[in-house]
Amino acid sequence: MKTAPDNPLPQPARRGFLKGAAAVATTLVAPGIFLYRTGQAATSLNRQARWGLLIDTNTLSEADVDACVSACRREHGWQVEQDSETDAQWVRKVKLTDQGSGHQKFLPMMCQHCENPPCVDVCPTGASFKRADGIVLVDKHTCIGCRYCMMACPYKARSFIHEALKDQLPVAPRGKGTVESCTLCVHRIDRDGANAVPACAEAVNQGGRQAILFGDLNDPQSEISLRLQALGGTRLRADMGLNPGVRYQGL
Amino acid sequence: MKTSSSGYWGILIALALIALIGVAGAHHMDVEGHHVSGMTNQIVWGLPHVFAIFLIVAASGALNIASLASVFGKQAYKPLARFSAILSLALLVGGLAILLLDLGRPDRLIVAMTYYNFKSIFAWNIILYTGFIVIVLAYLWLMMERRMHRWSKPAGLLALIWRLVLTTGTGSIFGFLVARESYDSALLAPMFIIMSFAFGLALLILLLMLSFNLDRRELDASHLLRLRKLLGIFTASVFYFVVVFHLTKLYGTQNHEFESFILMDGGIYTFLFWCIQIGLGNLLPLALIYAPALQQSAKSLVIACALVIAGAFAQLYIIIVGGQAYPLNIFPGYIVESSFYDGVVNSYVPSLWEFLLGFGGLTAALLIALLALRVLPIMPTALRAESQ
Repeated sequence: MKTAPDNPLPQPARRGFLKGAAAVATTLVAPGIFLYRTGQAATSLNRQARWGLLIDTNTLSEADVDACVSACRREHGWQVEQDSETDAQWVRKVKLTDQGSGHQKFLPMMCQHCENPPCVDVCPTGASFKRADGIVLVDKHTCIGCRYCMMACPYKARSFIHEALKDQLPVAPRGKGTVESCTLCVHRIDRDGANAVPACAEAVNQGGRQAILFGDLNDPQSEISLRLQALGGTRLRADMGLNPGVRYQGL
Repeated sequence: MKTSSSGYWGILIALALIALIGVAGAHHMDVEGHHVSGMTNQIVWGLPHVFAIFLIVAASGALNIASLASVFGKQAYKPLARFSAILSLALLVGGLAILLLDLGRPDRLIVAMTYYNFKSIFAWNIILYTGFIVIVLAYLWLMMERRMHRWSKPAGLLALIWRLVLTTGTGSIFGFLVARESYDSALLAPMFIIMSFAFGLALLILLLMLSFNLDRRELDASHLLRLRKLLGIFTASVFYFVVVFHLTKLYGTQNHEFESFILMDGGIYTFLFWCIQIGLGNLLPLALIYAPALQQSAKSLVIACALVIAGAFAQLYIIIVGGQAYPLNIFPGYIVESSFYDGVVNSYVPSLWEFLLGFGGLTAALLIALLALRVLPIMPTALRAESQ
């Protein structure tokens, strides 16, 4: 038995109408969406960025590295006070003396934002996680404070918050009893995309110098990729195959 | 069951008080933050973890006697099978309580129970530990309910396999830490299994003798002799694994500095290794256990058990704290200095709070075991001489 169609319009006509409606809606709503997205516009939506740092130890003086550490402290509101063995250090100044020649150099050492981070592997609750853009972070809401990530990190990059904190900054929420580390200034990256400059880099890149270069390791045309192609860069503990996002020159 | 001794209740009350003080210590650490503990950003696992891992490892081994009876059909161990299961449960609960209370956020237990990262051996251990409690409770009930006896063998087999996996998991918490020279060894998993056999049995023998002594029950020397021989085999096996572990590390040049730290110039760790772990914890108990003149001496067995336990604490202290005290080698070929203690041997002085928490967990475990002995038909009224 045949029944009359409920819809008086033939199928192609209905499809056409829906397409038109969608187009109108897109025209009306899209500008708002794209306005909202301008912060990340520099990153191609089709290609996933992987953020990294290239640290040129040849040009960094001890004062430069001190400036890095101070800038990070101001940016995120962490201090090293009376009892420094329990205080958090998101970035630290490392002094290296060559065992043979006695040659000395200074470098800033922070979370290396590994592609295969051991801290993420061992975290029982998944609070340690890696974002799609390669930034390794701790979810402060699911961290139970077991410190297994600190046992697993080959770079000693993480700190446990040993006491109650005051005067926290909005960009860096922290909490007693949880673990934290360098965020690669994720709040700046989410705001400025590829144009972002982490606080440590900003502190030393004065006057056109690029002692710490931030950029997209996945973009072959980015400045960081071009400099790595031209001059190379060292991965710390490369033997472990973690492929860190932070590279060093001059080691 | 005889309920004659008031000493029993005195001991139970004392244990309960100590456990309560332990909870108070943990509460203080929780409120103040871990800066009141001896732990730092360098030594992140300290004395509470030594106690906790000891209890968890011993819990797995304490079930050995029940396994021997149910799974391997050794009738001589049957009277002690229930006690073995109860002790195993009690030790595990005590150890887990310490681990939980030492977390930075113990209030987030529910997060630990609901968010799982299955690549984490720690997450697996949470499942293995809770599963073990359920399995051993069921196993215990099957052993105690006469009509269910025939099911105790398959349950015992499941519990045996489960605890071997469980202790593999505990050893692998350290064995999987590839970044640290002090760990990063597959040998840690089987070594923890054999450690569990020795530590669990030493505790079981001590509590067995204490309980029979308090109740003035008959405990024939033949039973003690059998347990003594078993402890000898387990202690010698632990010694063997320690030797192989260090020989393996000593063979590779890259580990020489770490080995000289533990074996020669590590200060407290070197002392603990040679004097407490090897000397008092392995060799002296072996001498006491196998000396022909002491075969019938109950006192020598008590001393041997206590020494095995002392050695266990030294061994775990070296593994857990010593392993972290030795610095990470991030920049080979360089002398490294930093504000964050790179390149130096990290110091650790346990605080009173950590000791209270750890010791409180141990006493809580003993309290549960002894209380269960008092209220449940667990221990045989006598272990008489056998005609076998």
